[in-house]
Amino acid sequence: MFTAFLIKYAEIGVKGKNRYIFEEALVQQIKYAVRRCEGEFKVTRTQGRIYVEALTEFDFEETVDNLKTVFGISGICPVVYVEDEGFERLGGDIVKYVGEVYPDADKTFKVNARRARKNYPLNSMEINSRIGEVILEAYPGMRVDVHSPDIMLNIEIREKIYIYSEVIPGPGGMPAGTGGKAMLLLSGGIDSPVAGYMIAKRGVKIDAVYFHAPPYTSERAKQKVVDLARLVSRYTGPIYLHVINFTDIQLYIYEKCPHDELTIIMRRYMMRIAEHIAKETECLGLITGESIGQVASQTMQSLAVTNEVCTLPVYRPLIGMDKLEIVDIAEKINTYETSILPYEDCCTIFVAKHPVTKPNPGVIKRHEKNLEEKIEELVETALENDELIVVR
Amino acid sequence: MEVYLDNSATTRCFEDVAALMTHIMCNDYGNPSSLHLKGVQAENYTRYAKETIAKLLKVNEKEILFTSGGTEADNIALIGCALANHRAGRHLITTAIEHPAVMQTMRYLEDQGFHVTYLPVDDKGRIRLEDLSRAMRGDTILVSIMHTNNEIGSLQPVAEAGALIKKMNSRTLFHVDAVQGFGKFRIYPKKMNIDLLSVSAHKIHGPKGAGFLYVNEKVKIKPIIYGGGQQNNLRSGTENVPGIAGMAKAAEMVYADLDLDVDRLYGLKQRFVDGVTKIDHVKINGYTGRESAPHVVSVSVRGIRSEVLLHALEDRGIYVSAGSACSARKPQPSATLKAIGVEKDLLESTIRFSFSVFTTEEEIDYTLRALYDIIPMLRKYARH
Repeated sequence: MFTAFLIKYAEIGVKGKNRYIFEEALVQQIKYAVRRCEGEFKVTRTQGRIYVEALTEFDFEETVDNLKTVFGISGICPVVYVEDEGFERLGGDIVKYVGEVYPDADKTFKVNARRARKNYPLNSMEINSRIGEVILEAYPGMRVDVHSPDIMLNIEIREKIYIYSEVIPGPGGMPAGTGGKAMLLLSGGIDSPVAGYMIAKRGVKIDAVYFHAPPYTSERAKQKVVDLARLVSRYTGPIYLHVINFTDIQLYIYEKCPHDELTIIMRRYMMRIAEHIAKETECLGLITGESIGQVASQTMQSLAVTNEVCTLPVYRPLIGMDKLEIVDIAEKINTYETSILPYEDCCTIFVAKHPVTKPNPGVIKRHEKNLEEKIEELVETALENDELIVVR
Repeated sequence: MEVYLDNSATTRCFEDVAALMTHIMCNDYGNPSSLHLKGVQAENYTRYAKETIAKLLKVNEKEILFTSGGTEADNIALIGCALANHRAGRHLITTAIEHPAVMQTMRYLEDQGFHVTYLPVDDKGRIRLEDLSRAMRGDTILVSIMHTNNEIGSLQPVAEAGALIKKMNSRTLFHVDAVQGFGKFRIYPKKMNIDLLSVSAHKIHGPKGAGFLYVNEKVKIKPIIYGGGQQNNLRSGTENVPGIAGMAKAAEMVYADLDLDVDRLYGLKQRFVDGVTKIDHVKINGYTGRESAPHVVSVSVRGIRSEVLLHALEDRGIYVSAGSACSARKPQPSATLKAIGVEKDLLESTIRFSFSVFTTEEEIDYTLRALYDIIPMLRKYARH
């Protein structure tokens, strides 16, 4: 029975003179999202509202699911259109609407009419009270509550008359592409896809880098990362995934540096490489899935030591979250099941039994000196062999 | 150079088999149950396939049941016989090193109230007949023993076990999972007292999705799949005509020069074993000579995780398996390797090489050279 959706957006409403940029971006993203759905749709922006109208038969569930991936949407209201054929007829349509959407008809409600077309014979107040009467008459179980109703029954008088009362929560945030671009360090784990999602939610476009270490990590591990990027790209739009072969760098560090510092030094080189690609691709920051204290390389001391090799800001949206909170989001955005597939990633293959948890920056720098002879060449080779995969 | 040494996981389809199947799918695509000519043509393929397979096993063609593969054949054999014979008893016997298709089906039957005895194996992966005879009870309705182990290539004394079972209890059924043995050995169920025998097509250069179960006509068995009543009601569902015809063709081809091919495989295996054992701290699991399968070698390489060695070989175009391909999905140490007492450090350092008629001496030598290169290099970076 629904033939359109009214899209509610909260935050971009407050963006002052830039508002139209955000609204245009949101319309664009909505168009992308409904393009994935069966049926044809028209997306329009009028008088501070965005409508998604179905022009053909469509799959309600599928369309809602796809709209739920569009950052910037705070609510999705399924709308019923009726022709304006007089007030009598409107009363009948409303009764039918209430009967279908609330079959038990035992809720409290409030009618909220809006006249976009001011030549309608009744004003908003009149519509409110008269429609209220019609509903009370038809459904004795319904009661009016103007302060906190269960149902806010919206009636908008335009060319046609729009009726809606349900609000399906959207993901919130800001439309993709309104906030610049950042480089996500994507592993096969639970955290990094969530970190990418969270920054993308603020309107940031995401590119990603994955460190591949054949033969220590397999083609399947790489495929898993591509799959994760694809799941995240549902929200973020296309992701440019850079696959960097890290094996030789890793082995060289292993050869030259103390084993308990391997992970930390390795991460410093990952950050350096990620930053290099980020700068070349006009990214304004790096994103990692780090959370304080989760593993040895994510203590405050370790984070400080990895952080100091970068000049770009490093965004760590999960920094204060517990694992379970992260898992909740991973489940919500559907990356969890893929993340827990058991393929080894390059952070774990050579991990020492007791890696340092409180690395000293001076000591780490001194040990990195052991790498002077070949490391630059190795990093250069790795960058030259950057494999770019466009994930969408 | 591409060297495929994972033939226990699956094999390359013979081109003649693929051509036959394409022809059937595009031209003779009828449903064998249809009454018209197209149906009859299709039925001719399945009839011919039955004849071919029955002849190879020296059994009656009515005793061949087509399935979707080895796993389904094992499931029908075990569950079908358990369902049909549970009044005679609720005890089953199998070995500790069966393929999951048997092992997990046994676990299911345990949940259904059956009792299962798992026979241990010696350090070469063979059961002892004394253990079998001790495990046999008055209410043992079925014994299931694999012919050839998929991970280490050990052979079970199937004929002796068959004789022993029938001597102790003529009503006990004997099932043999011959997925790895068919196409490498001549297996004659009637002579070996085998009542049920599972085979898969894609292990013998046939297509995936096809297999068969030999069911001795005297066996009481119930279907586990219901429907249109095809194949004497025992396995409903339209027959996979191209798969069945392809399987029969492949079987015909592997048995055409069996002795020659098997001799050659044993030669290749010996060449490989001689070469690989020159490397320090490398151990072969199970027997290597004629007491073992001609096409499987299980090698433990101390200090290197199997997955890493596998990918390093892959990098040079050599495809092998870590443990067994089916267990590569869940990273648990292999039950077979544990059962033959492989020490803990080596459980995750074991690689399986498996050969086929397509394997050449040149490929074996190329693989050995790769191992001579890779193993010392990987050992340098062992995890501490």
